[in-house]
Amino acid sequence: MRKTFLKSFLLFTALIVSQISFSKEKEEKQGEEGHGKDLQTEIKEYILHHLQDSHDFSLFSYTQENGEHKYVGFPLPVILWDNGLKVFSSSKFHHGETLAEVDGNFYKLYHSKIYRTDAEGTITYDEEHHPTNVKPLDFSITKNVVMIIVTGLLMLWLFSSLARSYAKNNGIPTGVGRFFEPIVLYIRDDIARPNIGEKRYKKYMPFLLTIFFFIWFLNMFGMTPLGINVTGNIAITTALAILTFLITNFTGTKDYWMHQFNPLGNALPWYGKIPLYIILVPIELLGLIIKPFSLLIRLYANMQAGHIVIGSLIGLMFIFKSWLGSPLSFGLAFAIMLIEVLVALLQAYIFTMLSALYFGFASEEHDHGHDDEAELAHL
Amino acid sequence: MEIPVMVGAGLVVIGVGLGIGRIGGSAMEAIARQPEAYGKIQTAMLIVAALIEGIGFAALFAV
Amino acid sequence: MEKLLEEFSLGLFFWQTLLFLLLLWLLWKFAWKPILSAVNDREEGIKNALQAAEDAKKEMQNVTADSENLLKEARAEREKMLKEAREIKEKMITDAKEQAQVEGDKMLKQAQATIESEKKAAVAEIKEQVATLSVDIAEKVLKAELADKKKQLKVVEDMLGDVKLN
Repeated sequence: MRKTFLKSFLLFTALIVSQISFSKEKEEKQGEEGHGKDLQTEIKEYILHHLQDSHDFSLFSYTQENGEHKYVGFPLPVILWDNGLKVFSSSKFHHGETLAEVDGNFYKLYHSKIYRTDAEGTITYDEEHHPTNVKPLDFSITKNVVMIIVTGLLMLWLFSSLARSYAKNNGIPTGVGRFFEPIVLYIRDDIARPNIGEKRYKKYMPFLLTIFFFIWFLNMFGMTPLGINVTGNIAITTALAILTFLITNFTGTKDYWMHQFNPLGNALPWYGKIPLYIILVPIELLGLIIKPFSLLIRLYANMQAGHIVIGSLIGLMFIFKSWLGSPLSFGLAFAIMLIEVLVALLQAYIFTMLSALYFGFASEEHDHGHDDEAELAHL
Repeated sequence: MEIPVMVGAGLVVIGVGLGIGRIGGSAMEAIARQPEAYGKIQTAMLIVAALIEGIGFAALFAV
Repeated sequence: MEKLLEEFSLGLFFWQTLLFLLLLWLLWKFAWKPILSAVNDREEGIKNALQAAEDAKKEMQNVTADSENLLKEARAEREKMLKEAREIKEKMITDAKEQAQVEGDKMLKQAQATIESEKKAAVAEIKEQVATLSVDIAEKVLKAELADKKKQLKVVEDMLGDVKLN
């Protein structure tokens, strides 16, 4: 018990220390550059950069004696659709420092987004300082895509080996499966069963399990010093929420749709319902959209906020640069990191839980005798 | 971001904070009254808190 | 909102959806289905085993109850038999006693009757003898007494006087 605690403590310390060293490299690099930018702006930019997706998998970067930046990591393929498919390595961008020339077109990496430019790489702006250059459709295998694949493979390996261990070991999990089996059972018994119902929960189980472990693992990956922020990306959470939305509505029963378009049932005659329905039906329909929207925003904002807070606290160390302030912010960063581990699990749980709840609403079949009374009582 | 909008977002966050605080408080009282229903109360609390939190985020990002 | 839209990357969305669906399908096929069915089987097995154990326990209880009942019955039977035997014994004893009493009484009465009749006979004999003796004696006395005439008259007179008194 003590030994495992010590181990995990060391692991956490290592994680945080590497986060610090990660940001330190960046800070030093910028410090030497010294283009009139102060440290605060640097840290802010660094954090914002960290939150974004990137076209290469850089673990960290540092500056050599001669002022040249060295990046440790590997480039990833860029796939663009710009009047034809264009595939090239992101090393052509040299981390945004140079233009990439492909088939006579020039592309520039600007704030982690690819724009088509002329040979000089000029970017034109509108009044609100948004680039007006053509943005080709970008289907690149970015850092986040790589992490999704890694997580997917990890999950496949973990859970298929768990499944195999059942077959091999006469229904008893072995190894790491002993840790994951109770979680699988928890999702089944405490999330799916009570929220969806004993009869119908089975068909939703694969989705709930996959989404729970997917979000949880990616959240935990976000805690590592690799500087990944997959679940804190709006595109990812949107994709997940849209899947929940689609499943909810495609498995919706007649009762569910009746509830959407005829929420009062037969409690009122038709002429009484008209004035109410002018307000009620749009609200119900809006609820359909708001539910997945709040799902996607919640996950995104929580992960984003966690990363910002930890990044800021680590950045504070370099702002204070004192014996009092830096350890203090280190301690704070450590505490927040621990909370984030909890949040990583909690957000996965809430996403799964709410998805299950929505599925439960959609697949519910109530008996019609009580329906009207229940609806009236509800009003 | 304009200042009125930020103030509005701040107000929403205050409201959400109060709301979640109330839920948490009520859940604590409920658990104190019925410790055997701990699991059910916690689940319900998390769901409602998550729903309110969603409103807060929506307001924040609408800014 | 604007910031969110700006941040939204269609490519990432595309890959996420594609990869997630692929992952879902693969996990469904290779992980969740076998895991859930295995867990289900195991739970069914445990449930069945528990049920069987419960049944066996009930059976045991029944058997125990049965044997206990038998034992109780046997005990009651024995008790009853003992009681009956005791009753019979007592009855026999009382019967015998009564009979003995009756018999004894009868014998006693007979004996008494015999004694009585013997006594009567004896008394009668004695009376007879006494009568004969008395007659003899009286004869002799009278012979002696009535030898004298005067004396004879006196006796007669006395006797007659006695008779009058009676």
